[in-house]
Amino acid sequence: MDACVESNVSAVRKSKEDKKLLRKQIKASHTLLKHEGISTTPQPTKSLVVANGGLGNGVSREELSAVLNEMGEVETLIMPPHKPYTFVTYRSEESARKAVVHLNGQKLQCGENSVTLYLSYVSSVPCEEQKSASLPQGLVLVEDFVSPEEEALLLTAIDWSSTDGDVSAQKALKHRRVKHYGFEFRYDNNNVDKDKPLPTGLPEECLPVLERCLRNRHINTVPDQLTVNQYESGQGIPPHVDTHSAFEDTILSLSLGAKTVMEFRHPDGRLVPVVLPGRSLLVMKGESRYLWTHGITPRKFDMVPACDPQSPAHTASDVGINSSLTLSKRGTRTSFTFRKIRHEPCHCAFPSSCDSQRALSAPSPPSRPCCHADATRLEEEYVHRVYDAIASHFSSTRHSPWPRVCHFLSSLPPGSVLADVGCGNGKYLGVNPEVTAIGCDRSSALVQICAERGFQAFVSDALGVPLRTASCDACISIAVIHHFSTQERRLAAVRELVRLLKPGGQALIYVWAFEQEYKKQRSKYLKEQNKEHPDEHLGSICDGQNPHVHGMQDVNKVTDGKLSVHTNRTAFNTQDLLVPWHLKEGKRRGADESRESGKENLRKEKPTKASDNSGLPSSLSSKTRLDCDHALSPGFGSNTSSDTTHSPEAKPSDNTSHSSSSPLRPESEGSPKPVFHRYYHVFQQGELEQLCGQIAGVTVQSSYHDQGNWCIILEKDR
Amino acid sequence: MKLLTHNMLMSHVKGVTKGYPLLIKATEVKVNEVEFNPQFVSRMIPKVEWSALVKAAEELGHRQDLPAELLADYEKNEEFLKKVHKVLLEVEVIEGCLQCPESGREFPITKGIPNMLLNEDEV
Repeated sequence: MDACVESNVSAVRKSKEDKKLLRKQIKASHTLLKHEGISTTPQPTKSLVVANGGLGNGVSREELSAVLNEMGEVETLIMPPHKPYTFVTYRSEESARKAVVHLNGQKLQCGENSVTLYLSYVSSVPCEEQKSASLPQGLVLVEDFVSPEEEALLLTAIDWSSTDGDVSAQKALKHRRVKHYGFEFRYDNNNVDKDKPLPTGLPEECLPVLERCLRNRHINTVPDQLTVNQYESGQGIPPHVDTHSAFEDTILSLSLGAKTVMEFRHPDGRLVPVVLPGRSLLVMKGESRYLWTHGITPRKFDMVPACDPQSPAHTASDVGINSSLTLSKRGTRTSFTFRKIRHEPCHCAFPSSCDSQRALSAPSPPSRPCCHADATRLEEEYVHRVYDAIASHFSSTRHSPWPRVCHFLSSLPPGSVLADVGCGNGKYLGVNPEVTAIGCDRSSALVQICAERGFQAFVSDALGVPLRTASCDACISIAVIHHFSTQERRLAAVRELVRLLKPGGQALIYVWAFEQEYKKQRSKYLKEQNKEHPDEHLGSICDGQNPHVHGMQDVNKVTDGKLSVHTNRTAFNTQDLLVPWHLKEGKRRGADESRESGKENLRKEKPTKASDNSGLPSSLSSKTRLDCDHALSPGFGSNTSSDTTHSPEAKPSDNTSHSSSSPLRPESEGSPKPVFHRYYHVFQQGELEQLCGQIAGVTVQSSYHDQGNWCIILEKDR
Repeated sequence: MKLLTHNMLMSHVKGVTKGYPLLIKATEVKVNEVEFNPQFVSRMIPKVEWSALVKAAEELGHRQDLPAELLADYEKNEEFLKKVHKVLLEVEVIEGCLQCPESGREFPITKGIPNMLLNEDEV
């Protein structure tokens, strides 16, 4: 084993140039680690952080540990999930020193990839987070439920070559092979034709298994529908809840062949990955069947607990413990899903995700607020709670600072004090390193992201910012004030910004514009629809009752005072509305990122020096990011005219979906991705100026339209 | 939370008139090394409330021997700037709370993040 490890680390003789490059790279990795909140120390200690040697960039525990063990006795090895680094603690400082000497800057071959390791001493190693990811309620995993013989028998019982529709229904889905028995499950309406049973029932090879399920009380009645899915490595199934009205409570899923990781998600954002070993039975009942979505992310490797002979069965399914994770290569997995057709409407305790009950309790959208209490309640439910729930997805879509905001920040004199009120994920806090930037946001989840990036931020409401009066040289409020639901509150928010300013200080405010088309230019927000989502049409709560008005005089006319739900990437019909947020998961986010990075590449081709803040460490997921110099300088280049402005809205999802009235009661079936609604008041032309004009002691310095936003720069009188 | 941030923060509880400086009750304090930039520190000194900074440093046991009164000509005093640098940028409160000097209202600090949200009856 040792010899093989030796050959993995290629000992390269370093030229002067190489050494210079190495020093540069090491410095870069330090900067990035600092952003992650990891502080390295120049003095040798027993512990090291190994940058690039993490699960997040394809390095497995076994591979890394083999090389590290070469240098001495390893006491602990902590591989945080999804991160491109690892912490190692040696028994002796001597070994740690040896590791630095021999491994720093060396390449490690992991499968087809090779990564360059950078090692630095750390004074402390983070505690392993004891997130005990308990299984969703009602979920049971029984390992070794069938024997290897039964497994082989079941696998041969499925004849994939058969195309005879009379025997069974077979579908070649994009991501997996599927075959149905008993009844056909139709993917067009996510339901079954209950009156049209397939001529052949369940294969008889299944009967002993089902009898055992009955005997062990996993089920009370024998299932009459079987769906067999075959997943090759790299294939998966989107998160979904099995349609309530189609099937009874208990759903059995037997895993054959290779193991995989199935992800369970609660609408509140909890995520529980469950390792499904081959020959195991998963029993989904109650909450885990009705409320949690389950899915398999299409990928070729899973993060699984490292093999530990003493580990009890319970922890084998518990990926939430960080201490001993490693990567497991996926192979071909076949699952047998046994379900019982439901003939009566579902009366489960989870109406929010129940199609049987949805028709009865037609959701009702909130009304425009008429008093202060209404306004705070509306904002609490349709702004604050939504941002907390979507924080990490929201943050992942907020890479690129808007050029004209950057321009404002870059023009501040060195040593200025800047407050970013409503700082979100902190994308503006590092733009100008010469200023002291302090951020605040109402969402503690977003502030947490800022802190993880090494920024100074606190949790606060924009109507009462706990900063000294006249303490700031500049304030920014980017895409914040449009979330206040009354004119009075919007005015108070601007007043609060002005209070923070020193005489002569400036505030930059961005709000979303009602006019998404200005001077015959359609905003990026509208344009992206044609490019990426040609078929998108997101329904509205009012089901066509929206007033489709176009003239300005009509925009405030809302039927019965109810807020309407906006259709993403279309022109606004009203000024006060709910904007859907489609929570994206796994694969889709990946697609998003590749689009983003495609954009970055384009920009890099330009001759201008375009430095981009987008790669800040929360999205540090690949080694290219770590090696990549441009992500390190949060400064701003001269490329202010670039085309990277984003409208405040995220890219909407690409599926058709209905909307539910509660922002925290996401859809579950049909559209497995949850939908949240945020309240917005979009500003008409002149409205922002008019609002700011009501405040004494401040002068409007300039105002403009920028990609579907109204923007203003205010200066406090001297 | 760095002391530079603390220096900017005040209590905004309804009715409070002297909400500054906030008292620090720290249960965990860290000193993180930050690259020393004398020019940046010189520029920040006029922006901070000096006495509040010294008091905060004292509360955390990191006053060193910072004078109660700001030195004249501090721009050229590198030794002094280094001390200010440490107090402003390197000392961080990770866990604990901030307390309003007038009302006694406490604002928790968790994972280095002060939560300054008020209840409905406090605004």
